[in-house]
Amino acid sequence: MNWQNLLTLPVYDLARNEKQSIFSPALLTLAKHHYQHSDDYRAIIDSVYPDFLQRGEVPALAVRLFKHHLLKSITEQEIFRITTSSGTTSQQVSQIVLDKENAMRQQKVLATIMKQWLGSKRLPMLIIDHPNVIKDKFSYSARGVGIQGMSLFGFDHTYALNEDMSINLDAVSQFFDKHKRKKILIFGFTFIIWQYFIQQLNELNIHFDVDEAVLLHSGGWKKLQDKAVSNKEFKSELNHVLSNTKIHNFYGMVEQTGTVYVECEAGYLHCPIWSDISIRKKSDLTEEKSGIEGIIQVNSLLPSSYPGHSLLTEDLGVLLGEDNCTCGRKGKYFQVNGRLAKAEVRGCSDTQS
Amino acid sequence: MTDQIRLKNVFSTALELPINEVDDELKYNADPRWDSTAHMILIAQLESEFDVMLDIDDIIDMSSFHQAKIILQKYNSDLSF
Repeated sequence: MNWQNLLTLPVYDLARNEKQSIFSPALLTLAKHHYQHSDDYRAIIDSVYPDFLQRGEVPALAVRLFKHHLLKSITEQEIFRITTSSGTTSQQVSQIVLDKENAMRQQKVLATIMKQWLGSKRLPMLIIDHPNVIKDKFSYSARGVGIQGMSLFGFDHTYALNEDMSINLDAVSQFFDKHKRKKILIFGFTFIIWQYFIQQLNELNIHFDVDEAVLLHSGGWKKLQDKAVSNKEFKSELNHVLSNTKIHNFYGMVEQTGTVYVECEAGYLHCPIWSDISIRKKSDLTEEKSGIEGIIQVNSLLPSSYPGHSLLTEDLGVLLGEDNCTCGRKGKYFQVNGRLAKAEVRGCSDTQS
Repeated sequence: MTDQIRLKNVFSTALELPINEVDDELKYNADPRWDSTAHMILIAQLESEFDVMLDIDDIIDMSSFHQAKIILQKYNSDLSF
């Protein structure tokens, strides 16, 4: 695949036919690459999906497979980094094998997508977490990895919480004072922002006058499902404590780092040009119609060092449309409703250690 | 202090490396001390030492000591390494 060309594609501008004329052949080429280079992938295809690739179909692997097998399409010597979905020991973690090229591509694509939402300039950045979450270099959690990845888009990184998860009011006030009348970036995990930022500020009856901010959050509610609030309530409560803040949720996973799905102004998650989703029926995994909830399948052109290009997730979602979102972006747009009931509570970014 | 020494000092402090290990052979992620956490610390210190604000793409592309010189000179052509 010619990544130099692929990387220059506009993120949200190609309509279905144009996108598919590039995406579908590229995904098939990628599947054949993994068939050739990964013994495990070849064994799975040969035994479960024989002749699929010859017919031009790319079957999705269950994302869970990455928790039990180290699937790779490179040699031991080429391994540059293995990323995991979580730092907890109590649950199985996904292991994703990266070579240099794949790791670099993930970062470039993430940067290209995020620039669509943040602009190309780095912004003063408030991180809704405590600084020790990234301190221990050798064992930091998925939360640390997420914060690390996003740090790239900011400067003057300021942590809003203390280690005991209480709010560091001095740091937060100083940050807002120092960057008055500037556009700022705020990042954190959904349940942490809710529980430790919004709620603490509400209890203290404090709100900050911000001139212009973009808040990105991700990760969902994890083990705090019982405390989950709707996206609408999250936004309205957040705007109660911070004025003039645009809020964008984004959906993504360690198994396909880079291709994130960011929530638009209308409240829907959008597929970037390098990845696509489909919704599968729970009963027989055939494709579900738009508007009806099913299991989310994610296809991405990024994974070259491990066969993670087509994955059946354990998340439930609804496809809402394609090319016709009111925000003007092309491509599929959807929403995520939660986790498959049978799935274990997933250990991604949910560790409070 | 020459620009070269200023640059070596920043690398040495940010990556916690002895200064004599900072040379053109030094590459991101090839040395365990230059990982993604150290990278952002390095960027912050380079920016304050050389009074520049690096673009996102340049942060991603700064994958070696050698590359850092080229990138910094893009921002300030008076620097000589």
